[in-house]
Amino acid sequence: MTQASFSNRLQRRPFVAELLARRDGALIIPGLGSPTWDCFAAGDSPEYLYSWGGMGLAIPTALGLAMAQPDRRVVAITGDGEMMMGIGSLGVVADQAPDNLGILVLDNEHFGETGKQSGLTGNRTDLCRVAEGFGVEKTLFVTAEDQTDDLVNLLFHRPGPTFAVAKIALSEDPWKLPVKDGVAIARRFRIAVGVDQP
Amino acid sequence: MGQVFDWSDGVFSELKQRDFATVCTVPDGGLTQLLKRVSDDPNMQLVTLSTEEEGMGVVTGQWLGGQRSLLAIQSSGVGNCINALGFPAIMRAPCPMLVTMRGVWGEFNPWQVQMGMATQQVLEAVGVKCFPVDQPEDVRETFVGAVDLALHGGFSTAVLISQRVIGAKGFGQD
Repeated sequence: MTQASFSNRLQRRPFVAELLARRDGALIIPGLGSPTWDCFAAGDSPEYLYSWGGMGLAIPTALGLAMAQPDRRVVAITGDGEMMMGIGSLGVVADQAPDNLGILVLDNEHFGETGKQSGLTGNRTDLCRVAEGFGVEKTLFVTAEDQTDDLVNLLFHRPGPTFAVAKIALSEDPWKLPVKDGVAIARRFRIAVGVDQP
Repeated sequence: MGQVFDWSDGVFSELKQRDFATVCTVPDGGLTQLLKRVSDDPNMQLVTLSTEEEGMGVVTGQWLGGQRSLLAIQSSGVGNCINALGFPAIMRAPCPMLVTMRGVWGEFNPWQVQMGMATQQVLEAVGVKCFPVDQPEDVRETFVGAVDLALHGGFSTAVLISQRVIGAKGFGQD
């Protein structure tokens, strides 16, 4: 599908909420900013590692976690800006090839947090083909709600590493900000994973 | 080369004693023996990165999942890590690093000098505790001190191994 043949109309908040409702116990590594707000808006969980910084690190973090917890599904949910900043991390994921890792890029083709400037995925760059080129071969390009079942299956169930791009609308969503304390976020996450004591 | 084998074996032995699961790297010549030991070990995993800052994510993710991970890089790669170093720090995730120095001691390649000379200062500016070592026999002990500080306290620490230990890269000119 060419970039011009569809319009970005998926609404990120209800779309992410629907995915998370069907995550089947997966640990979620949301990228900084909007993906973190989306997850918190869908309903707080200690199994979400909220992030306010470290742009580019959602996928490497999810990779490290997936390798440490091979019996748990781990899914990174990031945006197109962070994906482009850490694009080489797809090569690291392909090299390690953890079968319990899924990656979703919420692609609105803009830097939503900083003034909605144009990003790098709106004209020619096809992230699914990029991922396939790196060797992350199970990909899905999502433009409509009727692909949700396939997306849920790819992210949370199919042997990984898997990769999906969802073309979402550039939207103005109500602020929904989780706790900022990194020690608190990490501690409750580690307790939820079972590697730290309450 | 005997000295290279000595400190690499010592560091590897200390990693094993502490049940390190992974070593993340963008390689350097001085790390060759250590990285080989890691990749040859069936109970450890070498994670080759595309750029060093990814290591802050992998190390933090490993810790979130209950595993220990070391970042082993060269000094030029430290410059790629600066913003990313805030990530483990804000969560108090231990982030132990082993850095082989370039651009400091008898460097043949002047393009390495700016970052090499600034490495410790830059790391300390973002809160990383640095442990320079310039004698091969001191590497293991220094590594133990720095790694245990990181693991016990949730700190980012870096052992900076001088070119006096690993030798200056000659580019076939020596």
